[in-house]
Amino acid sequence: MSLPFTLRLEARLEVSRWLSPALTAGALVVALVVSGLILMVVGADPVRVYLHIVGSSLGSIGAISDTLVKSTPLILTGLACALAFRMRLWNIGAEGQLLLGAWAASAVVLVPLVPAGAPGPIVLAAMLVAGFLGGALWGLIPGVLRAKFGVNEIIATLMLNSIAFAWIQYWVFGPWTEGGFQMSRQFPVEAWLPRLSDLAAAVPAFRGLTVHAGFLLALLAAVVVWFIVERSSWGYEIRLIGDNPRAARYAGIRIARNILLVFAISGGLAGIAGMAEIAGVVHRLQDNFSPGYGYTAIIVAYLAKFHPLRVVPVAILFGALILAGREIQPSGVPAMIQGIILFCLIASEVFLRYRVSVVRPLPVAGAAPGTEP
Amino acid sequence: MRETPSGIEIPRVSGQTPTAVATQAPAVELRGIVKRFPGVVANDGVDFTLAAGEVHALLGENGAGKSTLVNILDGLYQPDAGEILIEGRPVAFRSPRDAIAAGIGMVHQHFTLVASMTVTENVLIGLDRPRFRLDERRYEAEIGRLAEAHGLRVDPSAKVWQLSVGERQRVEILKVLYRGARVLIMDEPTAVLAPQEIDDLFRTLRSMTEGGRSIVFISHKLGEVLSIADRVTVMRRGKVTAKGLPAAGMTKPDLAQLMVGREVLESLERTWLPPGAVVLSLENVEADGDRGVQVLRGVNLQVRSGEIVGIAAVAGNGQSELAEVISGLRPCHGRIMVGGEDIANLPVRKSIQRGVAHVPEDRTGVGTAPNLSLVDNLIMKRYRSRPIGHGWTIDMGAARAAASELKDSYEISAPSIETQARLLSGGNIQRLILAREIESEPRLMIAVQPTRGLDVGAVEAAHRLLMERRTAGAAILLISEDLDEILTLSDRVAVLYEGRVVGIMDAVDTDVNRIGLLMTGGEIGDTAAEPVAGPGAR
Repeated sequence: MSLPFTLRLEARLEVSRWLSPALTAGALVVALVVSGLILMVVGADPVRVYLHIVGSSLGSIGAISDTLVKSTPLILTGLACALAFRMRLWNIGAEGQLLLGAWAASAVVLVPLVPAGAPGPIVLAAMLVAGFLGGALWGLIPGVLRAKFGVNEIIATLMLNSIAFAWIQYWVFGPWTEGGFQMSRQFPVEAWLPRLSDLAAAVPAFRGLTVHAGFLLALLAAVVVWFIVERSSWGYEIRLIGDNPRAARYAGIRIARNILLVFAISGGLAGIAGMAEIAGVVHRLQDNFSPGYGYTAIIVAYLAKFHPLRVVPVAILFGALILAGREIQPSGVPAMIQGIILFCLIASEVFLRYRVSVVRPLPVAGAAPGTEP
Repeated sequence: MRETPSGIEIPRVSGQTPTAVATQAPAVELRGIVKRFPGVVANDGVDFTLAAGEVHALLGENGAGKSTLVNILDGLYQPDAGEILIEGRPVAFRSPRDAIAAGIGMVHQHFTLVASMTVTENVLIGLDRPRFRLDERRYEAEIGRLAEAHGLRVDPSAKVWQLSVGERQRVEILKVLYRGARVLIMDEPTAVLAPQEIDDLFRTLRSMTEGGRSIVFISHKLGEVLSIADRVTVMRRGKVTAKGLPAAGMTKPDLAQLMVGREVLESLERTWLPPGAVVLSLENVEADGDRGVQVLRGVNLQVRSGEIVGIAAVAGNGQSELAEVISGLRPCHGRIMVGGEDIANLPVRKSIQRGVAHVPEDRTGVGTAPNLSLVDNLIMKRYRSRPIGHGWTIDMGAARAAASELKDSYEISAPSIETQARLLSGGNIQRLILAREIESEPRLMIAVQPTRGLDVGAVEAAHRLLMERRTAGAAILLISEDLDEILTLSDRVAVLYEGRVVGIMDAVDTDVNRIGLLMTGGEIGDTAAEPVAGPGAR
């Protein structure tokens, strides 16, 4: 009656080098197949849908440029999460830190903190510093709570996201509103991050390309975070605390101080994402300018296995999916695909730690000749 | 000499030759067991026969394949080839549940108890019965009777967190007995016990074999193996090197040679050193334990340069906390002078800078970061200083060079220096920790249980390393529950009982009985009480 064999999971003692990338690729294939089946059930042609997604996000120079624009805040917030997650600090608050970074950068222009008419580089540098500080201070709140009082950082960061959202609403509806609309006035050109299209006069091929200097900033940040985590003594402390806090304490590492530092840098990175988005894309502070980058960042960091350099390609993939979301009806399809990809990737983790073995029960007594040694 | 009445039970086995299956089938027979893991053959055609009513010791170095073999017998692993016969019938276990249904139960080295529940509840966990309502009185009485029948002194209504380590082990044994086990696998059962508790355990084991049960006894302590086992099977590198030899008439050197494959020098060279300067001086040190109860109650102790002071104590008498207090991991009152400076309550970093090295008791929980590489684990104490640390960066080239040097000179066996620490065997993890701590050339070294669970070869290596440090002039505080080890290595022995030093003596003119009594709170001159069956008592 029963199957002639059973499947069993056995712990892997060693993990070969190629296994992790192979599993990721396998999980992506499975995710696309599953998504395709669902698309077929609702009556769509999955191949056409996929081709359309690829076409609308990567099909032309313009589309690629738009994808990179979308991926810029994802890289920065993804790095914010990856850095914190390395230390097993579950900073779910990149969204709030992004909003506060955007707010602080806006303040530079709208208060104004830098005199109106100051040259572009000075305005942008001030906005960058303000964006970093805004996010860092917002990140330090849960950092202090965690380091000094042991408050769970997941709850604290999540709640602070709602507060940050309300804070932005107050400013765009109130003090900074333009004619009662939920947005500030447009920033002067000095506060715009340069775009490729700004060079169209010299290079005609750049006409209409929206990708802005924030993308370079994000790539630079990825390299810096990689260097911190992999090459600095501070990064070593982060990795040690993340893997075994008791061993870190035994090695003489101050854990509370590191919690504060990591939260500040993580928040600061998310803050730069906010600054880059308003200075590079929307050019004003407005309601709902982030479609939840800070939340998608959690997925990005997870899929990159908290590795700073891998955050970049993963963020670009998710940028492409967000962009495709505008092209596909119903617009929930890319979100569904995102969800299925994440689900498959997380599920595939099991196979990193375990291998499946086929167990055949030994024949019952009497049925096994030749068992004498 | 031999305390085990092996002559009484042995007739149940047909003669002493294990291969001859006589009228009664053996309790367990393993034939040609093969188990492969990636890169190693953990069991390579292993035969093992457990006769009914015997204590059968399974000996071998770490990585010899003992654990794999008993895990196969317990249903945790499935063999790649080979047969398991229980009382002559072939079986295939898919899980420990199948094994216990066939009467085979394992008493693990690391206990699997729920601390907040009572003894009775722990014994009943996972059973189908009682189904809904727990008639606690009835089961308590039942478990109490079972415990009494086997001389397992433990209160069935006590919460597990209130129990001593020895009592917890009795609960583990009760769990297995209650499930009707006929065969008990004991994985290093004496590792955590005091001499008197070992004596109790051995009495229990004998009462069980007299009732017809059989016991697989895994241990590294050769003296114990000789005093409790009827027969001995020795494994080396996945193969059986001695199958079911009668223990009677064997000696420790015989066993050691079978295990290691060469002669083991048991005695260590001890050079006389003139007493050096006082390096560590504890003055009236008091500290609380994790539960907020005071566990150190005014400890006064000095350790000099070139001296090993051994701390003998039963688990839970403050010795673990003493090590933590000195290395700065636990707050305390009193003064801890290292080289003339009070380091009490200073950050851990300060004590590292003052030259305090610490071989922690919990090797995987404190001593290493399991998912980080060998390199990362080896530079833990010196990533801040040159040549590895340069300001705020780490020179990974220098770190790797240092790590491969340590890997070679301390013979840490691992595929590469990038291997994760969790993939190392217990002996190699300890080599890693010793390498790291010794390489810092400490003036004071605190070694807690430096050889627990290690095989003969690794113990020998660790002892030699500690002696070398002593000769080099380090002060060494050795905290161990292995009295043999303390007596072998120490210049002086301090006995800790309930957070106080109750006796300090020169190691040369001390006998185990006296230490054993002090360890358990007995008065000196009380020696007429119980005979102490410590490892050194033979």
